[in-house]
Amino acid sequence: MNIEQTDFYTQAILSMAALVGLTSFLMLGQGRLLRLIFVFALQGLLLTLTTALAAYSLNNPHLYISAVLTLVLKVIFIPWMLRREVMLMNMHRNVQALKNKTAVMLGGASLMVFSYYVLHPIVQTTSPVMLNALAVSLSVVLLGMLLMISHRQAVAHVVGFMSIENGLFFAAIVATKGMPMVVELGVAFDVLVAAVLFGIFFLHIRTSIDSLDVDLLNRLNEVDK
Amino acid sequence: MNWLIAIFQTMLFVLLAPLLAGWLKWCKCHLQNRKAPSLLQPYRDLLKLTHKQPVVSEQASWLFVTAPYIIFSATVLAASVVPLIAVDLPTSASADVIVMVGFFAFARFFLALAGLDIGTAFGGMGSSREMTISSLAEPAMLMAIFTLTMTASTTNLSGAIAHVLNEGLILRPSFVFALFALILVAIAETGRVPVDNPATHLELTMIHEAMILEYSGRHLALIEWASQLKLMLYGVLIANIFFPWGIAETFSAKALGYGLLAIIGKLALLAIFLAIAETLVAKMRLFRVQEYLSFAYLLGLLGMLSHIILEASR
Repeated sequence: MNIEQTDFYTQAILSMAALVGLTSFLMLGQGRLLRLIFVFALQGLLLTLTTALAAYSLNNPHLYISAVLTLVLKVIFIPWMLRREVMLMNMHRNVQALKNKTAVMLGGASLMVFSYYVLHPIVQTTSPVMLNALAVSLSVVLLGMLLMISHRQAVAHVVGFMSIENGLFFAAIVATKGMPMVVELGVAFDVLVAAVLFGIFFLHIRTSIDSLDVDLLNRLNEVDK
Repeated sequence: MNWLIAIFQTMLFVLLAPLLAGWLKWCKCHLQNRKAPSLLQPYRDLLKLTHKQPVVSEQASWLFVTAPYIIFSATVLAASVVPLIAVDLPTSASADVIVMVGFFAFARFFLALAGLDIGTAFGGMGSSREMTISSLAEPAMLMAIFTLTMTASTTNLSGAIAHVLNEGLILRPSFVFALFALILVAIAETGRVPVDNPATHLELTMIHEAMILEYSGRHLALIEWASQLKLMLYGVLIANIFFPWGIAETFSAKALGYGLLAIIGKLALLAIFLAIAETLVAKMRLFRVQEYLSFAYLLGLLGMLSHIILEASR
């Protein structure tokens, strides 16, 4: 099926999928924490738009609620909280250059291809649009994991974790045309609780090793050397 | 008749280019709380430069004197390939987008040679930087353009624009990527702020100005005019490929008039965006330009991939 023959909703969803994938790549290559958080908020905004679009075109009003929840949590609250942490701990001047950026980016690209490869059998049973959207959301999940592996700052790990959740959320909206409200509320509050817990973790890591660079954790020893 | 319109369109290109530069400067000045020069100032500058006697160094070879003419005519030829107010013109039918990129490369080659010819430190430095940047920008640009040409299945710009126009409003993910890639490349190639600063001769970071530092008089006028033309060319490429609405498909006076108005409006809008971006963004370190351009390449590549993966028929 060509893109010319699909309806406007499908075209818009595909464009959104592409942009969400792009934000994941942007996060992967970002060394500065504040900009990383900004791109994360941008991804949240794209998710909000997708949800609102789905709510409008599928005529499914409860999706509006989940769009508002996404907006409040992922675009405003969590980025604001992370930003505040970064500012408080004075890490925003710290340009943490990625060690092997090219390798990480190439790894990201191959993860994207991999997720297409994995999801390709599904094309027999569903529409190609679904395949594309699912593949992009799977690759957002994998790229989030890669982000957590490749960055050293704990804040970046949290952003990676949250973007994994974004990928799952995107898949849920596109594939199921909106999850039941109970599930969405549950996930939203899970994310909220996770964000608060991470804040506490930051505090503890910082008091124990005086930095949020997780590589320093390797130096902790049971016995003094 | 068609040839007449084609020639008229190219003339329009050449004549409007300084106006676009003046408008851009006007917007930028107002955004930065400065008093703006008149919109016609670039014309006055060019006129004044043509009256002045060019001063050529004793060490200069024939290449230095002929290079401005070659650069200017190559840029004008490139401009004749791009549809400005109408599609389906004979000039754009005879050459495709790869030829246009070739004209750019040709002009740049001579500009770099002219920069090296005098043997000053600045000229050589500017030439080497220009070549470094262009070797990175060209693949990104071609990648973005290929996304378009694969969609339209022709490398002819006019045909591709007509294809986009007749298809109506279709949201293509690949075009979003190609648009961003082309904007990034256009900024790098025309030497605008994050990559190069067109307004200064005082920095060690200059690229384009370093190459033309030795030029004066009518030679300088031609080179300045060519670079204004190049800026406009990229603006028209972005405006007409991605937002082609308004361009004339028939050669009636009314359609052509609308086409002219549409392109002037689109370019004015683009220039405002460019001025805002130039005001907000600081110039990059030279060694970060390759990151910037590889990002543009990545975008172009993603555009191509999403054309193949997301949009292709199964």
